[in-house]
Amino acid sequence: MTVLENFYKGDKRALSKIISYIEDRREGYRELLGKLYSKSGNAIRIGVTGPPGAGKSTLVNALLHRFLKEKKKVGVIAVDPSSPFTGGALLGDRVRMNEFPLDGDIYFRSMATRGASGGLAASTNNVLVALDAFGFDVTIVETVGVGQVELDIIDACDSVVVALVPDSGDAVQTMKAGLMEIADVFVVNKADRPNSDRIVTDLRTALEFKAHDENTWMIPVIPTVAVEKKNIEELYNKIFEHIAFIKANKQYEAHRRLQIEKKIIAILRSRFEKEFVSNLSEIVNLDNIIEEISLGNTNPYTVGKELYEKFHKL
Amino acid sequence: MDKKIRVLLAKPGLDGHDRGIKVIAAALRDAGMEVIYTGLRQTPQMIVDAAIQEDVDAIGVSILSGAHMTLFPAILDVLKEKNASDIILFGGGIIPDDDKAELEKMGVAKVFTPGAPTEEAISFLRDAMKSKKSDENIM
Repeated sequence: MTVLENFYKGDKRALSKIISYIEDRREGYRELLGKLYSKSGNAIRIGVTGPPGAGKSTLVNALLHRFLKEKKKVGVIAVDPSSPFTGGALLGDRVRMNEFPLDGDIYFRSMATRGASGGLAASTNNVLVALDAFGFDVTIVETVGVGQVELDIIDACDSVVVALVPDSGDAVQTMKAGLMEIADVFVVNKADRPNSDRIVTDLRTALEFKAHDENTWMIPVIPTVAVEKKNIEELYNKIFEHIAFIKANKQYEAHRRLQIEKKIIAILRSRFEKEFVSNLSEIVNLDNIIEEISLGNTNPYTVGKELYEKFHKL
Repeated sequence: MDKKIRVLLAKPGLDGHDRGIKVIAAALRDAGMEVIYTGLRQTPQMIVDAAIQEDVDAIGVSILSGAHMTLFPAILDVLKEKNASDIILFGGGIIPDDDKAELEKMGVAKVFTPGAPTEEAISFLRDAMKSKKSDENIM
Protein backbone atom coordinates (compact mmCIF):
# COMPACT_ATOMS: atom_id res chain seq x y z
CA MET A 1 0.00 0.00 0.00
CA THR A 2 1.51 3.35 -1.00
CA VAL A 3 1.20 6.54 0.99
CA LEU A 4 -0.84 8.04 -1.84
CA GLU A 5 -3.36 5.19 -1.72
CA ASN A 6 -3.79 5.76 2.02
CA PHE A 7 -4.13 9.47 1.31
CA TYR A 8 -7.05 8.80 -1.04
CA LYS A 9 -8.65 6.68 1.69
CA GLY A 10 -8.65 9.72 3.94
CA ASP A 11 -5.74 8.77 6.19
CA LYS A 12 -4.46 11.95 7.89
CA ARG A 13 -1.05 10.45 8.60
CA ALA A 14 -0.65 9.84 4.86
CA LEU A 15 -1.71 13.45 4.20
CA SER A 16 0.98 14.64 6.60
CA LYS A 17 3.63 12.57 4.86
CA ILE A 18 2.53 13.76 1.43
CA ILE A 19 2.81 17.36 2.62
CA SER A 20 6.38 16.78 3.84
CA TYR A 21 7.24 15.11 0.56
CA ILE A 22 6.03 18.15 -1.36
CA GLU A 23 7.62 20.59 1.07
CA ASP A 24 11.02 18.87 0.92
CA ARG A 25 10.71 18.66 -2.90
CA ARG A 26 11.80 15.05 -2.83
CA GLU A 27 12.37 12.99 -5.97
CA GLY A 28 9.23 12.94 -8.12
CA TYR A 29 7.28 15.58 -6.22
CA ARG A 30 6.19 17.29 -9.44
CA GLU A 31 4.65 14.08 -10.72
CA LEU A 32 2.90 13.66 -7.39
CA LEU A 33 1.53 17.20 -7.58
CA GLY A 34 0.28 16.54 -11.10
CA LYS A 35 -1.76 13.61 -9.80
CA LEU A 36 -3.12 15.58 -6.86
CA TYR A 37 -3.97 18.58 -9.01
CA SER A 38 -6.48 16.59 -11.03
CA LYS A 39 -8.44 15.95 -7.84
CA SER A 40 -8.28 19.54 -6.59
CA GLY A 41 -10.29 22.65 -7.31
CA ASN A 42 -13.25 22.13 -5.01
CA ALA A 43 -12.16 23.79 -1.80
CA ILE A 44 -12.99 27.36 -0.90
CA ARG A 45 -9.68 29.03 -0.11
CA ILE A 46 -9.43 31.72 2.53
CA GLY A 47 -6.31 33.74 3.41
CA VAL A 48 -5.63 35.62 6.63
CA THR A 49 -2.84 38.16 6.62
CA GLY A 50 -1.69 41.21 8.54
CA PRO A 51 1.19 42.59 10.58
CA PRO A 52 2.84 40.57 13.39
CA GLY A 53 0.79 40.55 16.55
CA ALA A 54 -2.48 41.56 14.86
CA GLY A 55 -4.08 38.37 16.15
CA LYS A 56 -4.13 36.29 12.97
CA SER A 57 -3.76 32.95 14.74
CA THR A 58 -6.38 33.85 17.31
CA LEU A 59 -8.74 34.93 14.52
CA VAL A 60 -8.15 31.67 12.68
CA ASN A 61 -8.80 29.73 15.87
CA ALA A 62 -12.09 31.60 16.38
CA LEU A 63 -13.08 31.02 12.73
CA LEU A 64 -12.32 27.31 13.06
CA HIS A 65 -14.78 27.04 15.94
CA ARG A 66 -17.37 28.67 13.71
CA PHE A 67 -16.62 26.19 10.91
CA LEU A 68 -17.00 23.26 13.31
CA LYS A 69 -20.63 24.28 13.88
CA GLU A 70 -21.27 23.85 10.14
CA LYS A 71 -19.52 20.46 10.19
CA LYS A 72 -17.20 21.75 7.49
CA LYS A 73 -13.86 20.04 6.96
CA VAL A 74 -11.11 22.63 7.13
CA GLY A 75 -7.39 22.33 6.36
CA VAL A 76 -5.21 25.08 7.80
CA ILE A 77 -1.68 26.14 6.93
CA ALA A 78 0.05 28.57 9.25
CA VAL A 79 3.31 30.08 8.05
CA ASP A 80 6.12 31.39 10.23
CA PRO A 81 9.56 32.61 9.14
CA SER A 82 12.67 30.49 8.56
CA SER A 83 15.97 31.97 9.63
CA PRO A 84 17.93 33.34 6.67
CA PHE A 85 21.09 32.44 8.61
CA THR A 86 20.54 28.88 9.84
CA GLY A 87 17.41 27.72 7.99
CA GLY A 88 15.86 26.91 11.36
CA ALA A 89 12.42 28.08 12.42
CA LEU A 90 10.23 28.39 15.46
CA LEU A 91 6.68 27.65 14.42
CA GLY A 92 4.45 28.94 17.18
CA ASP A 93 1.00 29.32 15.68
CA ARG A 94 -0.27 26.19 17.42
CA VAL A 95 0.04 27.91 20.78
CA ARG A 96 -3.07 29.96 19.95
CA MET A 97 -5.05 26.99 18.72
CA ASN A 98 -7.45 25.01 20.82
CA GLU A 99 -7.47 21.28 20.67
CA PHE A 100 -8.56 19.99 17.29
CA PRO A 101 -8.26 16.19 17.44
CA LEU A 102 -6.82 14.20 14.56
CA ASP A 103 -10.04 12.34 13.92
CA GLY A 104 -12.03 15.60 13.80
CA ASP A 105 -12.83 17.97 10.96
CA ILE A 106 -9.87 20.32 11.38
CA TYR A 107 -6.36 19.63 10.13
CA PHE A 108 -3.64 22.09 11.08
CA ARG A 109 -0.15 22.26 9.62
CA SER A 110 2.68 24.70 10.33
CA MET A 111 5.06 25.67 7.55
CA ALA A 112 8.37 27.55 7.64
CA THR A 113 9.01 30.04 4.82
CA ARG A 114 12.22 28.24 3.66
CA GLY A 115 13.63 31.18 1.76
CA ALA A 116 10.41 32.65 0.36
CA SER A 117 9.79 36.32 1.12
CA GLY A 118 6.22 37.01 -0.01
CA GLY A 119 4.49 36.08 3.25
CA LEU A 120 4.00 32.42 2.36
CA ALA A 121 6.32 29.42 2.43
CA ALA A 122 8.11 28.30 -0.72
CA SER A 123 5.64 25.40 -1.11
CA THR A 124 2.42 26.75 0.39
CA ASN A 125 0.64 26.82 -2.96
CA ASN A 126 1.62 23.21 -3.63
CA VAL A 127 0.56 22.06 -0.19
CA LEU A 128 -2.82 23.73 -0.79
CA VAL A 129 -3.25 21.46 -3.82
CA ALA A 130 -2.73 18.46 -1.52
CA LEU A 131 -5.25 19.72 1.05
CA ASP A 132 -7.77 20.40 -1.71
CA ALA A 133 -7.25 16.94 -3.22
CA PHE A 134 -7.64 15.36 0.22
CA GLY A 135 -11.21 16.67 0.27
CA PHE A 136 -11.30 19.63 2.64
CA ASP A 137 -14.31 21.91 2.05
CA VAL A 138 -12.29 24.94 3.04
CA THR A 139 -8.59 25.77 3.26
CA ILE A 140 -7.25 28.61 5.37
CA VAL A 141 -3.77 30.02 4.98
CA GLU A 142 -2.37 32.24 7.69
CA THR A 143 0.65 34.21 6.45
CA VAL A 144 3.69 35.26 8.41
CA GLY A 145 3.33 38.66 10.01
CA VAL A 146 3.61 40.97 6.99
CA GLY A 147 4.56 44.54 6.27
CA GLN A 148 3.20 46.38 3.26
CA VAL A 149 4.47 44.36 0.30
CA GLU A 150 4.37 40.62 1.12
CA LEU A 151 1.33 39.83 -0.95
CA ASP A 152 1.76 36.26 -2.22
CA ILE A 153 -1.43 35.35 -0.38
CA ILE A 154 -3.52 36.75 -3.26
CA ASP A 155 -2.32 33.86 -5.43
CA ALA A 156 -3.22 31.24 -2.83
CA CYS A 157 -6.87 31.99 -2.09
CA ASP A 158 -10.29 33.21 -3.17
CA SER A 159 -10.93 35.59 -0.31
CA VAL A 160 -8.36 37.57 1.67
CA VAL A 161 -8.91 38.78 5.21
CA VAL A 162 -6.51 41.54 6.25
CA ALA A 163 -6.27 41.87 10.02
CA LEU A 164 -5.16 45.16 11.56
CA VAL A 165 -5.19 46.50 15.11
CA PRO A 166 -6.32 49.88 16.48
CA ASP A 167 -2.77 51.26 16.50
CA SER A 168 -1.98 50.17 12.93
CA GLY A 169 -1.66 53.77 11.79
CA ASP A 170 -3.43 56.93 10.75
CA ALA A 171 -5.69 57.78 7.81
CA VAL A 172 -2.77 58.08 5.37
CA GLN A 173 -1.54 54.59 6.25
CA THR A 174 -4.94 53.24 5.27
CA MET A 175 -4.61 54.81 1.82
CA LYS A 176 -1.23 53.32 0.95
CA ALA A 177 -0.68 50.80 -1.81
CA GLY A 178 0.18 47.17 -1.11
CA LEU A 179 -1.38 45.35 1.83
CA MET A 180 -4.28 47.81 2.04
CA GLU A 181 -5.29 46.98 -1.55
CA ILE A 182 -5.59 43.22 -1.25
CA ALA A 183 -8.31 42.88 1.37
CA ASP A 184 -11.67 41.41 0.51
CA VAL A 185 -12.58 41.79 4.16
CA PHE A 186 -10.86 44.05 6.70
CA VAL A 187 -10.74 43.11 10.35
CA VAL A 188 -9.80 45.54 13.08
CA ASN A 189 -8.93 43.09 15.82
CA LYS A 190 -8.45 43.95 19.50
CA ALA A 191 -11.33 46.38 19.02
CA ASP A 192 -11.82 46.61 22.78
CA ARG A 193 -8.73 48.83 22.90
CA PRO A 194 -9.02 52.61 23.03
CA ASN A 195 -9.27 54.47 19.68
CA SER A 196 -10.41 51.44 17.73
CA ASP A 197 -13.32 53.46 16.32
CA ARG A 198 -10.93 55.82 14.63
CA ILE A 199 -9.14 53.26 12.48
CA VAL A 200 -12.46 51.66 11.56
CA THR A 201 -13.70 55.07 10.37
CA ASP A 202 -10.41 55.84 8.60
CA LEU A 203 -10.54 52.53 6.75
CA ARG A 204 -14.17 52.96 5.74
CA THR A 205 -13.42 56.48 4.50
CA ALA A 206 -10.39 55.33 2.50
CA LEU A 207 -12.49 52.58 0.92
CA GLU A 208 -15.08 55.13 -0.18
CA PHE A 209 -12.44 56.92 -2.25
CA LYS A 210 -12.24 53.96 -4.59
CA ALA A 211 -14.28 54.07 -7.78
CA HIS A 212 -17.00 51.44 -7.78
CA ASP A 213 -19.99 50.17 -9.70
CA GLU A 214 -22.41 47.28 -9.27
CA ASN A 215 -19.63 44.77 -10.05
CA THR A 216 -17.42 46.06 -7.26
CA TRP A 217 -17.39 44.17 -4.00
CA MET A 218 -17.81 46.72 -1.21
CA ILE A 219 -15.06 45.75 1.22
CA PRO A 220 -16.43 45.55 4.77
CA VAL A 221 -14.50 46.63 7.87
CA ILE A 222 -15.28 44.43 10.85
CA PRO A 223 -14.16 45.19 14.40
CA THR A 224 -13.46 41.98 16.33
CA VAL A 225 -12.10 40.79 19.66
CA ALA A 226 -10.79 37.42 18.57
CA VAL A 227 -9.74 36.13 22.01
CA GLU A 228 -13.34 36.56 23.17
CA LYS A 229 -14.69 35.36 19.80
CA LYS A 230 -16.55 38.69 19.52
CA ASN A 231 -18.06 39.52 16.13
CA ILE A 232 -16.63 36.38 14.54
CA GLU A 233 -20.10 35.54 13.26
CA GLU A 234 -20.11 38.70 11.17
CA LEU A 235 -16.62 37.99 9.84
CA TYR A 236 -17.67 34.47 8.89
CA ASN A 237 -20.77 35.76 7.10
CA LYS A 238 -18.88 38.47 5.22
CA ILE A 239 -16.28 36.00 3.94
CA PHE A 240 -19.02 33.84 2.46
CA GLU A 241 -20.91 36.86 1.15
CA HIS A 242 -17.74 37.80 -0.70
CA ILE A 243 -17.35 34.29 -2.13
CA ALA A 244 -20.99 34.29 -3.25
CA PHE A 245 -20.56 37.75 -4.79
CA ILE A 246 -17.52 36.87 -6.88
CA LYS A 247 -19.07 33.59 -7.95
CA ALA A 248 -22.18 35.43 -9.13
CA ASN A 249 -20.32 37.97 -11.26
CA LYS A 250 -17.72 35.54 -12.65
CA GLN A 251 -14.77 37.18 -10.87
CA TYR A 252 -14.19 33.92 -9.03
CA GLU A 253 -13.57 32.03 -12.26
CA ALA A 254 -11.45 34.84 -13.73
CA HIS A 255 -9.35 35.05 -10.59
CA ARG A 256 -8.72 31.29 -10.61
CA ARG A 257 -7.65 31.43 -14.26
CA LEU A 258 -5.23 34.22 -13.47
CA GLN A 259 -3.82 32.13 -10.63
CA ILE A 260 -3.25 29.20 -13.01
CA GLU A 261 -1.37 31.50 -15.36
CA LYS A 262 0.78 32.77 -12.50
CA LYS A 263 1.39 29.21 -11.35
CA ILE A 264 2.72 28.15 -14.75
CA ILE A 265 5.02 31.15 -14.81
CA ALA A 266 6.19 30.43 -11.27
CA ILE A 267 6.99 26.81 -12.15
CA LEU A 268 8.95 27.90 -15.22
CA ARG A 269 10.76 30.60 -13.32
CA SER A 270 11.85 28.24 -10.58
CA ARG A 271 13.05 25.61 -13.06
CA PHE A 272 14.99 28.10 -15.17
CA GLU A 273 16.45 29.60 -12.08
CA LYS A 274 17.48 26.21 -10.80
CA GLU A 275 18.90 25.13 -14.11
CA PHE A 276 20.83 28.26 -15.05
CA VAL A 277 21.37 30.55 -12.12
CA SER A 278 22.01 27.93 -9.44
CA ASN A 279 24.42 26.06 -11.70
CA LEU A 280 26.14 29.22 -12.86
CA SER A 281 29.39 28.39 -11.10
CA GLU A 282 29.53 25.05 -12.92
CA ILE A 283 29.08 26.61 -16.34
CA VAL A 284 31.38 29.61 -16.05
CA ASN A 285 34.29 30.49 -13.83
CA LEU A 286 32.76 33.19 -11.64
CA ASP A 287 35.97 33.90 -9.76
CA ASN A 288 37.73 34.84 -12.99
CA ILE A 289 34.85 37.04 -14.07
CA ILE A 290 34.77 38.82 -10.71
CA GLU A 291 38.52 39.33 -10.94
CA GLU A 292 38.14 40.85 -14.42
CA ILE A 293 35.44 43.19 -13.13
CA SER A 294 37.51 44.33 -10.18
CA LEU A 295 40.46 44.96 -12.53
CA GLY A 296 38.19 47.25 -14.51
CA ASN A 297 38.32 45.15 -17.68
CA THR A 298 34.58 44.58 -17.79
CA ASN A 299 31.47 45.23 -15.67
CA PRO A 300 28.50 43.25 -14.25
CA TYR A 301 26.14 44.62 -16.91
CA THR A 302 28.23 43.47 -19.85
CA VAL A 303 28.87 40.12 -18.20
CA GLY A 304 25.14 39.72 -17.55
CA LYS A 305 24.38 40.43 -21.20
CA GLU A 306 27.03 38.01 -22.44
CA LEU A 307 25.92 35.20 -20.12
CA TYR A 308 22.29 35.75 -21.07
CA GLU A 309 23.15 35.44 -24.76
CA LYS A 310 25.23 32.35 -24.06
CA PHE A 311 22.32 30.64 -22.26
CA HIS A 312 19.87 31.80 -24.85
CA LYS A 313 21.67 29.69 -27.45
CA LEU A 314 21.61 26.54 -25.30
CA MET B 1 16.67 19.39 -1.21
CA ASP B 2 17.79 18.18 2.20
CA LYS B 3 15.18 16.79 4.48
CA LYS B 4 14.58 19.24 7.29
CA ILE B 5 14.53 17.92 10.82
CA ARG B 6 11.14 18.78 12.33
CA VAL B 7 10.64 18.58 16.09
CA LEU B 8 7.52 19.15 18.15
CA LEU B 9 8.10 20.57 21.63
CA ALA B 10 5.40 20.46 24.27
CA LYS B 11 4.78 20.77 27.98
CA PRO B 12 2.49 17.96 29.09
CA GLY B 13 0.67 18.02 32.40
CA LEU B 14 0.01 20.92 34.67
CA ASP B 15 3.35 22.53 35.47
CA GLY B 16 3.87 25.91 33.89
CA HIS B 17 7.66 26.13 34.03
CA ASP B 18 8.52 26.69 30.41
CA ARG B 19 11.94 28.32 30.61
CA GLY B 20 13.76 25.05 29.91
CA ILE B 21 11.72 24.09 26.88
CA LYS B 22 12.08 27.59 25.42
CA VAL B 23 15.87 27.31 25.75
CA ILE B 24 15.74 24.00 23.88
CA ALA B 25 13.42 25.49 21.25
CA ALA B 26 15.84 28.33 20.56
CA ALA B 27 18.82 25.97 20.44
CA LEU B 28 17.20 23.58 17.97
CA ARG B 29 16.03 26.51 15.84
CA ASP B 30 19.57 27.90 15.75
CA ALA B 31 20.82 24.44 14.77
CA GLY B 32 18.70 24.75 11.60
CA MET B 33 15.74 22.62 12.68
CA GLU B 34 12.06 23.45 12.35
CA VAL B 35 10.61 23.55 15.83
CA ILE B 36 6.87 23.41 16.35
CA TYR B 37 6.16 24.76 19.80
CA THR B 38 2.72 23.91 21.16
CA GLY B 39 2.85 25.40 24.62
CA LEU B 40 1.60 24.49 28.06
CA ARG B 41 -0.85 21.95 29.49
CA GLN B 42 -0.89 19.54 26.57
CA THR B 43 -2.43 16.09 26.99
CA PRO B 44 -0.66 13.04 25.51
CA GLN B 45 -3.47 12.83 22.97
CA MET B 46 -3.02 16.47 21.89
CA ILE B 47 0.74 16.02 21.62
CA VAL B 48 0.55 12.94 19.42
CA ASP B 49 -2.24 14.36 17.25
CA ALA B 50 -0.20 17.51 16.65
CA ALA B 51 2.95 15.46 15.96
CA ILE B 52 1.15 13.44 13.28
CA GLN B 53 -0.35 16.53 11.61
CA GLU B 54 3.05 18.23 11.60
CA ASP B 55 4.81 15.04 10.43
CA VAL B 56 7.64 15.58 12.89
CA ASP B 57 10.64 13.31 13.28
CA ALA B 58 10.72 13.72 17.03
CA ILE B 59 8.66 14.86 20.01
CA GLY B 60 10.42 16.57 22.89
CA VAL B 61 8.63 17.12 26.19
CA SER B 62 9.65 18.90 29.34
CA ILE B 63 8.26 17.70 32.66
CA LEU B 64 9.14 19.44 35.91
CA SER B 65 6.12 18.35 37.90
CA GLY B 66 7.29 14.90 38.96
CA ALA B 67 4.64 13.23 36.84
CA HIS B 68 7.17 11.87 34.34
CA MET B 69 6.48 8.19 35.17
CA THR B 70 2.85 8.76 34.17
CA LEU B 71 3.16 11.17 31.25
CA PHE B 72 6.00 9.56 29.27
CA PRO B 73 4.35 6.10 29.16
CA ALA B 74 1.02 7.72 28.30
CA ILE B 75 2.56 9.44 25.26
CA LEU B 76 4.26 6.19 24.20
CA ASP B 77 0.90 4.42 24.46
CA VAL B 78 -0.88 6.94 22.25
CA LEU B 79 1.96 6.80 19.71
CA LYS B 80 1.59 3.03 19.58
CA GLU B 81 -2.18 3.20 19.37
CA LYS B 82 -1.94 5.61 16.40
CA ASN B 83 0.66 3.48 14.69
CA ALA B 84 3.20 6.29 14.99
CA SER B 85 5.93 4.71 17.09
CA ASP B 86 8.50 5.69 14.46
CA ILE B 87 8.29 9.22 15.89
CA ILE B 88 11.15 9.54 18.39
CA LEU B 89 10.17 10.59 21.91
CA PHE B 90 12.72 12.41 24.05
CA GLY B 91 12.43 14.65 27.04
CA GLY B 92 13.92 16.47 29.94
CA GLY B 93 13.20 17.59 33.44
CA ILE B 94 13.98 16.90 37.06
CA ILE B 95 14.10 13.16 36.69
CA PRO B 96 15.96 10.80 39.08
CA ASP B 97 18.54 8.43 37.57
CA ASP B 98 16.52 5.29 38.36
CA ASP B 99 13.46 6.70 36.61
CA LYS B 100 15.58 7.86 33.68
CA ALA B 101 16.88 4.32 33.17
CA GLU B 102 13.40 2.88 33.38
CA LEU B 103 11.97 5.42 30.93
CA GLU B 104 14.72 4.75 28.40
CA LYS B 105 14.06 1.02 28.74
CA MET B 106 10.38 1.68 28.11
CA GLY B 107 11.02 3.37 24.77
CA VAL B 108 11.80 7.00 25.53
CA ALA B 109 14.80 7.52 23.24
CA LYS B 110 16.65 9.89 25.55
CA VAL B 111 16.06 11.67 28.84
CA PHE B 112 18.06 14.82 29.57
CA THR B 113 18.50 16.03 33.12
CA PRO B 114 19.37 19.49 34.51
CA GLY B 115 22.80 20.73 33.43
CA ALA B 116 22.85 18.91 30.09
CA PRO B 117 24.28 21.25 27.42
CA THR B 118 21.95 22.04 24.53
CA GLU B 119 24.56 20.65 22.10
CA GLU B 120 23.77 17.20 23.49
CA ALA B 121 20.15 17.45 22.42
CA ILE B 122 21.18 18.72 18.98
CA SER B 123 23.66 15.92 18.31
CA PHE B 124 21.26 13.33 19.75
CA LEU B 125 18.61 14.40 17.22
CA ARG B 126 21.02 14.54 14.29
CA ASP B 127 22.32 11.05 15.07
CA ALA B 128 18.84 9.68 15.56
CA MET B 129 17.83 11.03 12.13
CA LYS B 130 20.72 9.23 10.46
CA SER B 131 19.57 5.85 11.70
CA LYS B 132 15.94 6.59 10.83
CA LYS B 133 15.10 5.05 7.50
CA SER B 134 12.14 5.83 5.32
CA ASP B 135 11.32 2.93 3.05
CA GLU B 136 7.79 3.97 2.26
CA ASN B 137 6.49 4.08 -1.26
CA ILE B 138 4.87 7.42 -1.89
CA MET B 139 3.14 6.75 -5.20
